[in-house]
Formats: sequence, structure tokens, C-alpha cells
Amino acid sequence: MPQIVVEDLVKRFRISERDAGMWGAVRGLVRRRYQTVTALDGVSFSIEPGELVGYVGPNGAGKSTTVKVMSGILVPDSGRCEILGRVPWRSRNEHVGELGVVFGQRTQLWWDLPVIESFDLLRDIYRIPRGEYIANRDEFISILDIGGLLDVPVRQLSLGQRMRCDLAAALLHSPALLFLDEPTIGMDAVSKLAFREFIKRFNEERGTTVILTTHDMDDIEAICDRVMIISDGKILSDGTLDDLRRQVTLERRLVVDLDGDELPVVHPEAVVSSRNGHRVNIRFDPERVSATELISHVTSHNRVRDIFVENLPIEEVIAQIYRDQRG
Amino acid sequence: MNVLDSLYVYRRFLGVSIRAQMQYKASFFMQLGGRLIITAGEFMAILVLFDRFDSLIGWNVYQVAFIYGIVNISFAVADALTTGFDLFGDMVKSGDFDRILTRPRSTALQLAGQELTLRRISRLTPGLLALTWATMNLELNWTVANVGLLMVSVAGGASLFAGLIVLQATLAFWTTETLEMMNTMTYGGVETTQYPINIYRPWFRNLFTFGIPLATVSYFPALAIMGVPDPLGTPLWFQYVAPLIGIGFLLMSLQVWRIGVRHYLSTGS
Amino acid sequence: MISYWAILSARFRSLLQYRSAALAGLITQVVWGLIRVMIFQAFYRSTNAEQPMSGSDVETYIWLGQAFLAALPWNIDTDLRALIRSGWIGYELVRPVDLYWYWLSRALSWRTAPMLMRAVPLLVFAFVLMGMSPPVSVGAGLAFAVSMCAAIVLSSAITTFLNVTMLWTITGDGITQMTFGLVLIFSGMLVPLPLYPDWSQPIINAMPFRGLVDTPYRLYLGHIPLSEFAGVLAHQLVWILTFVVAGRIAMARALRRVVVQGG
Repeated sequence: MPQIVVEDLVKRFRISERDAGMWGAVRGLVRRRYQTVTALDGVSFSIEPGELVGYVGPNGAGKSTTVKVMSGILVPDSGRCEILGRVPWRSRNEHVGELGVVFGQRTQLWWDLPVIESFDLLRDIYRIPRGEYIANRDEFISILDIGGLLDVPVRQLSLGQRMRCDLAAALLHSPALLFLDEPTIGMDAVSKLAFREFIKRFNEERGTTVILTTHDMDDIEAICDRVMIISDGKILSDGTLDDLRRQVTLERRLVVDLDGDELPVVHPEAVVSSRNGHRVNIRFDPERVSATELISHVTSHNRVRDIFVENLPIEEVIAQIYRDQRG
Repeated sequence: MNVLDSLYVYRRFLGVSIRAQMQYKASFFMQLGGRLIITAGEFMAILVLFDRFDSLIGWNVYQVAFIYGIVNISFAVADALTTGFDLFGDMVKSGDFDRILTRPRSTALQLAGQELTLRRISRLTPGLLALTWATMNLELNWTVANVGLLMVSVAGGASLFAGLIVLQATLAFWTTETLEMMNTMTYGGVETTQYPINIYRPWFRNLFTFGIPLATVSYFPALAIMGVPDPLGTPLWFQYVAPLIGIGFLLMSLQVWRIGVRHYLSTGS
Repeated sequence: MISYWAILSARFRSLLQYRSAALAGLITQVVWGLIRVMIFQAFYRSTNAEQPMSGSDVETYIWLGQAFLAALPWNIDTDLRALIRSGWIGYELVRPVDLYWYWLSRALSWRTAPMLMRAVPLLVFAFVLMGMSPPVSVGAGLAFAVSMCAAIVLSSAITTFLNVTMLWTITGDGITQMTFGLVLIFSGMLVPLPLYPDWSQPIINAMPFRGLVDTPYRLYLGHIPLSEFAGVLAHQLVWILTFVVAGRIAMARALRRVVVQGG
């Protein structure tokens, strides 16, 4: 049975418009015009327990609106949303007790206090049993390597350090679901890697469902089994990374480093797309010629130093999907 | 059990807030000093005026000081305990209220616990001093009933002010531009009701009796304790039950707050 | 001064954006004025003795106070505070202008824009509905106008001094509140200064704060005769000069520290 069921969610916002300049400001005193924006235009999906789902889309596409609805802090205009059998906004207290949320830009730790005090306070807020609290806390401290930060006031932490602490804070109560909203924004490379590794591992060990919104496609590639793409309030695509690539193009790439300067001999079903010194990029369609056949053909006809098959970078895949939708 | 648990969490919140403020000791004491000057100045203004005018249509300086004391103690307590609601408009703008909604506790509890601004208690000092000074000079009859009434009226007063601040914060769900209006009701209410309300024009004192019932938690019980018949002619029993209106007002405000939260959930603004 | 007009216009535009804040501020001050007028009326009803100021003069004094309330040095420049907190203040030093005059002109516009927004509607209200009296004479009106300008400059000089103290204290809240407490008590905002005990008058008159409120208002009322105008204006100017000099010295020292410590 799916853990999260979202069906045909619709949400519209009314925003006021202002005219520019001095005169516009004065006119705004008297009269204001409103514009309706459709943030969610019939969004549906379902998520099984333990899935690692990436949720991507341009700014204003409806990502955070969806996450807000699922967090129980926004009521949709119409449509259904059930999480663990509950409607989030109808039983907010019970629902959010099962939820861990990390907002990348804002910390949930108490700014002026040592990290450990925030942890202790969260324990009381979430009514975490003592044994569970201590076990979780100690485990996260060691995996996330934050033992040395516990007595430091949060305001003195670097962004990467703070995010690691924030992540621990969001998981102290062993939530069944974890929502990560742009978690790696502004993080240094080392912290990012540690962060991704932790999410993967936590998901494997505990079976926690993770939904990740991000602009960083490396996050998606490193963490997620499944990607949902939203644009203009509609889900454009939903599937594994490979599904996505296939949706955009069947074409794949073979990169060959030759030993000499001679012209390469290429299989009749493949095309040289570019050449840069010894390196040759070859495009091929796996339906017409398999990668193994192409490789053996290329290596038998040329002196090859190195050869590898490359996937289309996920950024390009997603950019292509947006383009297809507009065009 | 649930209430005890909530009170426990509330106490933990406040402990955290106080420790956070103690991280900036110098700034804290400077602000405390600054506020003391302002509030002491306000009380001094009353003394200055009585020095010039001797009486305020029949009231002497001690009687006014007694009422001043009740109002300011009530407000100091309410103001310190509801700082979180005061900061609420900013929390909505910054999105920090969303964080509160993602925690399994009532929003009112979390906001009340958000911050206990110690420096706001500075108003307590002139309030307590005025009340003590007045008590020493008024030769009051401290029966059990009168002591109880004093406590109830301070509790009712604190509730009423807290209720007002909650109501004002609730407006932030609908508009981002309410801050100054808030001060009319709270600070204006303090300014008004720290004097006996019979000195005002009828429409104005009715506003503070029936509209924003601040007189019911200060002026009326103070009359009963001081044993002064009301120039406005209210009966003694009314003066005894009046402070309960403050507590009712707070409960009503919390209901309105819940409506505000529901509105927020549907607009997300 | 070019920067002054630019900042003033920007302040106006940002203030105008908040339509209900403007209205709410106005209502607040009307209510506040009403409360104070009623309290003073009650005191005046309680006595037959001759007072240093008539009841109707006190009412006009109160309404003037409400109209020009925003001109008082009651807060610090929050934009500057953000600049100092973030450590970007170092970049201010790169500007090709004298930093003190730049800050002072900021403070002037910071005080003038909200004051102008409120003063006009509030004065209209007080004249039409509250029976506020006009200046006793044309001369008194002119003296008031000049002295009011000096009051705003004095307020801005004090504000700038408070802003400069942020270079040391970061928040600046404590010293601002202390100063504002003194301003309230000794400017005439709480109680018109002539009503203070006679023995305290020389002390209060020597302090800078009367120049913010009491001096211009009493010129308006004719309570300070025109013959004394030069004297009270000189008092205002001396204090403006004092705060400007103190502010410049404090700023120079603070900046030397910033430069040495590298921000």
C-alpha cells in the first residue's frame, strides 16, 4: 500500500500587483489589483514506503507548494492528499509527529544556543522516549561527525556544520517521512558528499521515505531512485533516472581516446559527433547497435587507449524535458 | 496529563529563551536600563502633575498610584510572556511560522514559548514600587478577600493584555501592516487605564469598559480593595467579579487565533 | 545634499507602499493625543490655582507633539545596523564622500519623511475637530518654523550619534532606549516642561532635549516671547554643534578600530 497518495491537487493563490514608481505607490494606497496564480494544477502521484524521490522543477513550478500541502501547512483548493492514512492538515499534530522537515535556508535550531540544547528541547517537543532519543542522538552524532559541535552556539557554525546538525535534529524522533527542501544549497563539496551518503544510508537502514527538492542534479543522481519533474503546476514526468533519459532521447554516447592521429573507423550505425585531439565522441542508438557490438567494432578497427560509455547528464535531460513542454 | 506536559514544554521553552538572552549580557542590561528610564519617567510624570495640581478630580496621588501599579504589573507580565506573538508578523513574512506548524504542538503554546523577553519585565519595577508605595500610604484593609481580589485582578489584567496581543498578532494572518495599530490598543490601553477611568469622557471610558474591557481588571477591583465607592455608581459585587472578564477575553482571543491559523493554512500567505 | 534628496525620496516611496501602516500610525497618534488631552483636562478641572501654562495651551502643545512625534530621535537606522552586523561597513569607507555627512543626511531623511507624512493630516485633524489654536502671531509662526527645523537637525544629530555607537555595541538598542527615555522625560513629550517643579527648571532648560519639543512649541504658543527667540535658537544650535562634533570624534575613533581590526 502506498504511503503517500496525492490525487489531482489544485491550489491557486491570489497575489496583489503593484505599479512601479512614486505615483504607482500612491495609487496602491487606494486600489489594489489582484492576479490569480495556479501553483498546482492537478498534481497526482503515489509513493511507497522507503522510496527516495527527487522532486525537481524551476522556481515557482509548485515544488514547495506540494511539499507544504504534504507537510500539513497548506490546505489545497481541491484534490486528495493522504499520508500514512491521514489527511495532513486535518490532524496536524499527529501528522507532523511522523515527519522530519529540513529547510535548506532556515535552521530549526535555536540560533543563540549550543546545538545540544536544541536537541534536548526537540526531544520534549516531540515527546521522544528517553531510550530512543539517546540511541538516535548518539548514532547521528557519530555518523554525521558533529560531536565536536554540540557545545557551540548555532550562530557560530558554518553552513555545512549547521546543516549536518539540522539533519540530525529533523530525525531525532525517528520520522517515517523526511522532506528535504533544497538541503545542499550553499554547502561545500565535502559536506555535500557526507550529506548524501548519510541520506542514502539512513534510508537503507531505517526504510524512511525521503522526498528531496533541489536544484542540484548531482544530489538527484547521487541519492534518488525516482525523479518527479514539475513545471507550471503539472507533473511532466515521473520515473527512474533511466526512464527519464529514455523519455528524452534513446541516443547514448561512446567516448574513445585514440592512440594515434588517424581517422577513426566507425560502425555504420554510429556517428562521430565531435572530435577533440585524440578524443572522439560517438553517438549511437542502442536499439540499432548494442554498446558491446559497437565497442568491439571500434577496438578491432582502431588503436584505442581508452573507451567508455557516457550517459546524458541529468541536467541536460531535465532541460530537454522543460524545452519539450514549452515547445 | 496533557496540560501538565504542555506546561512542562512551555517551561522548557522559556528556559531556553532566557539562556539565549543571557548570551548577550551587556546588551541585555543596557536595554533593561533604558526601559527602566522610560517607565520610571512615565510614573514620574504622574508625580509631577500631582505636585502641580494636588488632586485629579477627587483622586489623590496614592489612589492613582495603586491603579497604576495594577495596570503596569499586569501589562509587564503579559508583555513579557507574549513576545512570540509580538514577533509573529515577522515570522509569517520570513516563513518561520511554517516551522512552527511542522511541530506536533499547539501553535499558541509554541509562540508563547518562543521568547520570554526579560527586559520587558522592567515595567514591573515601577509598577511594584507604585503599588507598594500606594499601599503603605492608603491604610488598606487587607482581608483575605481583598488580597485574593488583588491577585485575581492582576491575573485578569495579564490575561486581558495577553488576549489583546494575541488578537493583534492574529491580524497578521490577513495583513502585513498592523504593528502600529496594535500599540493603540495595548500601550494606549495602559496609558488610559493607569488613571481612574471616570476622568475620561463617557464614550471613551465606555470603550475601555465594554469594548476593550481594560477597566474591568484595574479600575473596578481597585475601587473594591481601596473601599472607595465608584463615582460611576457600579455595585460592589460587580467590582469583585469584573477581573474574570479578562480571563474570558483571553480564551476568546485564542479561539480567534485558531480561526487565523485555519485561514493561514488555506492561503499560505 | 544630493544624497539627502535621493534618500528622502526613496524613504517616501517605501513609506507610501504601506498604505494601512500610514493610516494606522495616524489613528494611533490621534488616539494617543486624545488620551493625553483628556488626562490634562481632568487635572486642570481639579484646580483653580494659577498654572505656568493655560489648559488650552497645553492641548495645543500636545497636538503639536503628536504631529511631530516621528521627528524625535527614537530609533536607529536599521539598514545601517544590518550593514554593521554583516561586516559590510568596511565598504562604506570606500565611498568618495565624508561618511559622517552621509550618515547625517541619511538620518535627516529618516526623520523628515515619516514626520511630513503624519504632520499634515494630524494638524488638519487637530485644527478642524479639536480646536487647536494657530500660532499666536505671524512672527511666532515664523520663529516656530525656524526652531522646528533646528529641532529636526538636532534630532538627526542625536540619531547619527546613536548610529555611530553601533560601531561599538553592534545592536545599539540599549543606548538608544536610554536616550529615548531621557528624550521623553526632558523634551516635554510626557509633560510640558513648564509644568515641572520650579526648582528643576534651570536644569531642564540647560539640557539639549528641550530643543526637540519644548522650544519650538512654546515659540508657537507665544509662551516664549519673540524677544527670547535668538537665545533659545542659540541653545538649539550649540547642542547641534555638540552632537555633531561628538559624533565625528566617535566615528573617527570607531573607524580607526575597524581598519586596524580589519572589520
